[in-house]
Amino acid sequence: MRNLRENAMLSRVADSLYWMSRYLERAEHTARLIDVDLQLRLDQSPDAGTGRWARLLEASQTSVPAVGAMDAAGLTNVLTLDRSNPSSIVSCVAAARENLRQVREQCSSEMWEQLNRLYLQINSTAPGEAWLLQSHMFFRAVQEGAHLFQGVTDSTMSHGEGWHYIQLGRYVERTDSLARLIGAHFAHLPHPADQVVESEEYLEWVGLLKSCAAFEAYCKTYTAELRPLRVAEYLLLNAGFPHSVRFSADMVHAALGMIAELTERKAEQPVRLAGRLSATLSFGQIDEIMAGGANAYVDGIRRQCAQVHSAIHQVYFDYSIESTMVA
Amino acid sequence: MLRRMALTPPAQSLLRPPFRNYQFDVAYDEMFQAPGIPWPHYENLFQTLLELPPEQLRKNQQAADLSFLHQGITFTVYGTEEGTERVFPNDLLPRIIPAVEWRKIEKGLTQRITALNMFLEDIYHSGRILSDGIVPRELVYSCKHYRREMRGLNVPRGVYVSVCGTDLVRLPDGSFAVLEDNLRVPSGVSYMLANRKVLKRVFPTLFQDYGVWPVDHYPQALLATLRGLMPLNASGRSGPTVVLLTPGVFNSAYFEHTFLAQQMGIELVEGRDLLVHDNVVYMRTTAGLRRVDVIYRRVDDDFLDPLCFRRDSSLGVPGLFNAYRAGNVTLANAIGTGVADDKAMYAYVPAIIRYYLGEDPILANVQTYLLTGESQRNYVLDHLDELVVKAVGESGGYGMLIGPHSTREEREEFRRRIQAEPRNYIAQPTLSLSRGPCFLEGEVQARHVDLRPYILYGENVTLVAGGLTRVALRRGSLVVNSSQGGGSKDTWVLRA
Repeated sequence: MRNLRENAMLSRVADSLYWMSRYLERAEHTARLIDVDLQLRLDQSPDAGTGRWARLLEASQTSVPAVGAMDAAGLTNVLTLDRSNPSSIVSCVAAARENLRQVREQCSSEMWEQLNRLYLQINSTAPGEAWLLQSHMFFRAVQEGAHLFQGVTDSTMSHGEGWHYIQLGRYVERTDSLARLIGAHFAHLPHPADQVVESEEYLEWVGLLKSCAAFEAYCKTYTAELRPLRVAEYLLLNAGFPHSVRFSADMVHAALGMIAELTERKAEQPVRLAGRLSATLSFGQIDEIMAGGANAYVDGIRRQCAQVHSAIHQVYFDYSIESTMVA
Repeated sequence: MLRRMALTPPAQSLLRPPFRNYQFDVAYDEMFQAPGIPWPHYENLFQTLLELPPEQLRKNQQAADLSFLHQGITFTVYGTEEGTERVFPNDLLPRIIPAVEWRKIEKGLTQRITALNMFLEDIYHSGRILSDGIVPRELVYSCKHYRREMRGLNVPRGVYVSVCGTDLVRLPDGSFAVLEDNLRVPSGVSYMLANRKVLKRVFPTLFQDYGVWPVDHYPQALLATLRGLMPLNASGRSGPTVVLLTPGVFNSAYFEHTFLAQQMGIELVEGRDLLVHDNVVYMRTTAGLRRVDVIYRRVDDDFLDPLCFRRDSSLGVPGLFNAYRAGNVTLANAIGTGVADDKAMYAYVPAIIRYYLGEDPILANVQTYLLTGESQRNYVLDHLDELVVKAVGESGGYGMLIGPHSTREEREEFRRRIQAEPRNYIAQPTLSLSRGPCFLEGEVQARHVDLRPYILYGENVTLVAGGLTRVALRRGSLVVNSSQGGGSKDTWVLRA
C-alpha cells in the first residue's frame, strides 16, 4: 500500500498554505518599508519624504486617492491598521491567520500558536497618537513575529509537500514585491549608473537597501560606498542573499521541483516556467539590464512571476476532473 | 501553620476562605458529604485548596485562559461580526469520579449503546420491536430524524452509532441517570483533551498522587473504530482511507474537527474537496484524485447530499448517498441515527434495552412525560411551573422551558405550542443537578455539573475513562450548554 500521507495533499489545503505564506510575507514586507521610511523621515526635509511615500504606496499596491491630502499619520494608519485596506498589515496578518486556521491540522501546534499570538497582538493595537510614537515597536513586532513563524515552521513542521507550498508562497510573494519596489525606485529616482551617490540622495539609496533588509549585507560586499549599478546588481542578481530577486526566484524553482517530484507530475508547466524565470536572472548582465532600463526589466520579471502563479493554480489547486480521471 | 489550621473542626474550616461562600442545599455535592467534610476521594484536593494561596490559583486560571486563547480553543458565536470566536470557559478544579462509580457508568453505557444499535438495525429492517408493540410505530415514523432512505440498507458490521456522547446527571440521592443520548454528531471531546492538558500543568503533583486514568489515547481509539468499518463493497482495497468531513471553518465545533483530524493523522475535508464518480468517493489532491473509504462526518444528515436531502446545502457532496447505498463508502455515524435520540424515544430506551438484551437497564432514565397521551398531557399542562419542557428534536439547550425559572408569558407560550404539536415536546421534573467546586471570583463556589462520557462502538466498545464535565457557570443556572453560558472542567476517573 502506498502511504497516502506521504503522497497526497488536498488541493484546498495546498492553496491555503500557499496563500497564508504569501500574506505573511506581504505583512512583513510592508512593515519593513514603513519602518525604514519613518526612520529616514527623521533625517530628511519634509519634501523628500513625500516622494518616497508615493513610491511606497505604489510598491504596496495601495490606491489612496488624495496622497497629498494625507499626512504621515493618516498614511501610516492606512497601511497598517486600516481593515478596509486589504493590503494593510492588519488585513494581511488576519488573512494569513484565517488561511492557516482553515488548515491548522496540517501545521504544527507551535506554528498555529505563533501566528495566532501575532494576530492577537496586532489586532488589539489601537491607532492614535500614542501608538504612532511607539510605532517602531509595532513594526519590529510584525517583522519579528514573521521571522519567528518561519523559524518555528522550519523546525517543527515536516519538510514535506505542505512545507514546500509555504516556501513557494513566501518566495513568489517576495519575488514580486521586491521587483515592484525596485521598479518604483528606479523609475522615480535619477540614477547615474556608476557614480557614488551623495547627501540627500544617499539616504534614498540607503532606504532602498534597508527596505530589502540588505544594507548590512551590501556593505559587507561593496562597503558603504553606494553606487546605483551595484545596488541594482545586488538586489536583482545576487545568488546568496535571501532578499534578492534572484535568490527568491531560485527558491520558487526549487520548491516547485520538489512538489513536482512529490506529486509525480514532473513535466508540468509550473516548474518549467519557474525554471525559465530563474534562468533569466541567473544569466542576466547588469549593464545590459541598466541599458535597457531597470524598470522595463523588472516588469518582465513580474510578468513571468505572475505566469508561474497562474500555472501553480491551474495544475495543483483547481484542475479539471477530466484531466485526472484517466489515471 | 497551614497544617495546624487544617486540623481545626471541619465546620469552622468551611467558613474560611476559599470556601466561605460555598452553597449547600438538597442537591448532591460532588465534594462534600456534609458541610465541611469532603468525600474521601476529594480530601486531597480539599487540603490543597485550603493551603494554596488564592493568588496562585488566580494566576493559574489566567495562564490557563491565555493558553486556551493562544491555542485558539474557541467556539463560534453566530450573528456577530467582530470577535465571533470565544474561548470556551474552563474551570480549574477537577471533577473526581471514584473507580467504583466509573465501573457502573461504563457497564451502563456499554449496555445502552449496544441496545440502541440493535434498535436502529431493527427499525431500518424488519421492525420487530414495532410489530411486537414495544415502541409505537407512529413514534418512529413521525420523528423528523427518521430517514426512509435507510430502509433495507445494510451498514458495515451493523454499526449505526460509532461515536456517542451520553449526558449523565447525578440526582440528589447520588445515583447517576441518563439525561439524553447524543447519537448524531456529538461534540466536545476535544475540550476533554484540552482540559486535561491544562490541568496536568496546573496540578502536576495532585494529578500524580490521585492516580488518574489517561484520556489522551482517545484519537487513536477513534481511528481504530473508524478503520474497523471498511465499506461492504471495498473488496481488494487494503487499508481504508479515512477522512473527517467538516462543514468548514464557520462551524462552531471547527476547532474540534481540526484537532481530531490532526491527532488521528487523517485528512480534514470539506464537501468541496470530495466528489463522486461512478458511485465512488474521491478527494481532490495536488497529485490528482484519491479514493475515500470511510468518512467520519461532522455534518448533519440534512446537509450531506443535496441530491438526496436538503437541496440548498452547499456543505455536502452531490451523489454521496448513492455511493453509500452502493456500499462503496462508510459514513460514521450512519444516516438516520437521530431517530434513537429523539427526546420522546428516550422514554422507551429502558424498554428497548429489556427487549433486545433481556437485561434491566444499569443506568436509570429521568422520569419523562410524553405529551401525546391525554392524561399525561393534562398533568403536564397543570404543572408547567414545576417541570422542564423540551422540544424533542432540539439540542444545545435551545427550545426549553424551565418551569420554576419561567415567566407566566413563557409558560402560556409553551402551553400553546404543546397543544398545537404534542408530539414535538416532552416534560421532565426539574432536576436538582449535583454541584461541584469551581474556582470563580477568586474563591471556591458550588456550581451545577453534568457529565458527558464518549463511547466508541465498532469491533469493540471503547470508553475512554473520563469525559466532559460541563458546568453552569452562572450562579443558580441549571443550563450547562456552551451556547448558554456554560463552561467545562477536567474529569478525573481514579484507577482505584
